[in-house]
Amino acid sequence: MATTFILNGKSQTVDVSPDMPLLWVLRDTLDKTGTKFGCGAGLCGACTVHVNGEAARSCQTAISAVAGKKVTTIEGLSADGSHPVQQAWIAEDVPQCGYCQSGQIMSAVALLHKKPNPSDSDIDDFMSGNICRCGTYQRIRKAIHRAAATSASKAKSA
Amino acid sequence: MTTAPVLNRRDFLKTGAAGGAALLVAFHLPASAHPAAEEQEKKTPNPFNAWVRITPDNRVTLILGKSEMGQGAMTALPMILAEELYLDWKQVTVEQAPTNPAIYDHGTGGSGSVAGSWVPLRRAGAAAREMLITAAAQHWNVSRDTCKPQDGGVLHGARKQFLTYGELVADASKLPIPDLNTVPLKNSDDFTIVGHDRKRFEGAAKATGAAKFGIDSRMPGMEYAVIARCPIFGGKVAKFDATKAKAVPGVRDVISIDPVGEGAFTSGGIVVLANNSWAAIQGRKALVITWDEGPNANESSASLRQHFVENAATPGKIVRNEGNADAALNSAAKKIEVVYELPFAPHACMEPMNCTVHIRPDGAEAWVPTQAPQWAQQVIAKVSGLPPEKVIVHTTLMGGGFGRRYQADFVMEAAQVAKATGQPVQVLWTREDDMQHDFYRPASYHRMQGAVDPQGQLAAWKHFQSSTSIAAVWDKNGKEKPEASEFATAAFIPYETPNFRVEYALARSGVPRAWWRSVEHSSSGFVVETFVDELAAAAGADPLQFRLQRIGADRKIPDFTNPKENKPLDTARLKGVLQLAAEKAEWGKPLPKGVARGIAGYFSFESYTAAVAEVSVNQGQLLIHRIVYAVDCGRPVNPAGVVAQVESAAIYALSAMLKDAITIDRGRVQQSNFNDYDLPRINEMPKIEVHLVASKEDPTGIGEPGLPVVAPAVGNAIFAATGKRLRRLPIKPADLA
Repeated sequence: MATTFILNGKSQTVDVSPDMPLLWVLRDTLDKTGTKFGCGAGLCGACTVHVNGEAARSCQTAISAVAGKKVTTIEGLSADGSHPVQQAWIAEDVPQCGYCQSGQIMSAVALLHKKPNPSDSDIDDFMSGNICRCGTYQRIRKAIHRAAATSASKAKSA
Repeated sequence: MTTAPVLNRRDFLKTGAAGGAALLVAFHLPASAHPAAEEQEKKTPNPFNAWVRITPDNRVTLILGKSEMGQGAMTALPMILAEELYLDWKQVTVEQAPTNPAIYDHGTGGSGSVAGSWVPLRRAGAAAREMLITAAAQHWNVSRDTCKPQDGGVLHGARKQFLTYGELVADASKLPIPDLNTVPLKNSDDFTIVGHDRKRFEGAAKATGAAKFGIDSRMPGMEYAVIARCPIFGGKVAKFDATKAKAVPGVRDVISIDPVGEGAFTSGGIVVLANNSWAAIQGRKALVITWDEGPNANESSASLRQHFVENAATPGKIVRNEGNADAALNSAAKKIEVVYELPFAPHACMEPMNCTVHIRPDGAEAWVPTQAPQWAQQVIAKVSGLPPEKVIVHTTLMGGGFGRRYQADFVMEAAQVAKATGQPVQVLWTREDDMQHDFYRPASYHRMQGAVDPQGQLAAWKHFQSSTSIAAVWDKNGKEKPEASEFATAAFIPYETPNFRVEYALARSGVPRAWWRSVEHSSSGFVVETFVDELAAAAGADPLQFRLQRIGADRKIPDFTNPKENKPLDTARLKGVLQLAAEKAEWGKPLPKGVARGIAGYFSFESYTAAVAEVSVNQGQLLIHRIVYAVDCGRPVNPAGVVAQVESAAIYALSAMLKDAITIDRGRVQQSNFNDYDLPRINEMPKIEVHLVASKEDPTGIGEPGLPVVAPAVGNAIFAATGKRLRRLPIKPADLA
């Protein structure tokens, strides 16, 4: 069955079972492997994407649920890693194994849309759905504050 | 090909495989600084074939001979080469080595990558540099000592002539290779790369989704497969019905693979092949399988504990016996006897196990997230019947390793499927598969007895352990000493006592076990550093002072478990990290009401780590405010990378201490996903500070040494805050109430 949605700004039509999770459509049908499989149960956050700008766990989102909607994956944040959150991640040398980081970044971007200057408590609440087995949390927190500060100072000078 | 008995992980890493499937000859080399270094040196050929590629336009590719699993090898190892080559890091690219055990000592583990590569890579880089200088000198017809390496080329000072490495490499690579034992190494005072913070080489790729992990591998025509494995260890398929599974859209076929014993330890099972991962997973759910439960269906955590308790009732096999601990204990005025227990622990890599393989009649190719590409190659060669040289194994990035990806089980399964179908296939594990078919950190039970005399000296220290040893998995015939790799530093504690006895009793179990981050140090560190803390409390002594005094004089204590390797415990360095951690944590300075400190110091993987934890407990809720580390791992190659590894090990340790356990019931793991085996989240993090000792010793391990000191430091702090000793991990809120 055909489902059409907008993926990273471009219209995309896939012919798959309507209950196929968006995660697997992205990874296997569309070869967008930046979004990761960690648990398949909405518990780890590795599969986080944006649906109409909101963070969503793509392993828990059937493809039929995104028909007509805008989906953004890690590949869609920037062509070249220039998104402020990605830049903050690189500046703070956040990743270790890196497998959870697409999901972490997508969650962080969604957080900053809602709260451009999040407190540590905001970060705790919003980011606690994303597991990092390598324990990079201290650096994730620092990178989120850094991205917030960079965007704030850019806004000031704009 | 001969096989070598598996004595401990270091020897295992040398041979690369176990039991009857070992295809590598074991070398027993003379004692040296690091066994892996000798392995690598033995293999290193022309550096321009193995380690350094330079294009005519002077772009340099450095080859990484170890696996990158987040521990930073992909950055630290090239830094060593780049230093000796006087490179500008900006001109450097890093590429994974092809799997070629004749050239590379591939196995990545034991916190041995930097330690084992330090000398060989310095020598290889130096050799390449000397060959480039010689080529330049020959080109200019000048003497070598008027030429010096600089800025990615060679400069001839007097006439200010400069040739880039790119212009020289074609000639340089044909020159005789200098003797690696005598090639001049760069003066460490001149280091501009080693010892300076360097961001992870592949960090940007990991922030953009561009980094490819094993599970991201794709081959034209590739199928996806998931395997239904018996949930009971040692069980197998009795019968199955695939009718409904085959009817699931996208499923192409269902086949069966046999379990493999020696060399890979797979469960076998029923394989669902499909044109996408989801269809394969759905297809598997539709299988109807009757299991032959096998010999382990009655095993449970309770039965295992009963086994431990029964073992503890009689003396174990003597591992070490100095003096007469029993007599000293019997006559001691003040003695303590306690039991510590640790459960099975899973690796829980964020990327579940997977392997992508294509076996053709004329050759095979595989993409494997593996810590042991040499073993992966052997397994695929064995299954395919091809010679290893025809098996191309690409080592991918991996979402965590922690020892799990050293195993070849997930490679064996994929090879079996690929051989059966003749198609490229990715065998993908779900989180449930990964949680329930791991090779777990062993469960263990430790009865400790000790006494302090009226002068505060340790009158006796007696350690009885029963565990589901790792060695027993790999040798079922009892030829191995199961106790060999269950004690580590617990068998040569730094605390002086005239009466020291260590005993062991194996507890048989059907649960698979192997190396988990820090291996036996994860239990030994907890046991030794908690017990010495209990003895300090019994003596009414400050925990830091007690440790320093009981360690006593500066001396080198031989590693009782690996005497051939000649890497003793240097008590001065151990006291050094204890004192540094205490200083940085302001040990002794008053804390707010309800907050208390605990300390632990330990020697593992030739490195010294100490941690001070600050905690408070309020109405049963534990809050870890901060953990302050001091680390002596010799000269840090990438200090930023060292700090990252210690932070990482701390969280890994806290996970096992504070969250869930793996429990066994009716021969199977009860946990399945992160709902019942949760991992720490960002909101549970203490602040972690890491202080590095500025050492000029050769680099030693750091991937794992951060782990063993955390549980005891936190536990000791909980005792200081509450008077409660928690001896059974993981601790639960009820323990603190």
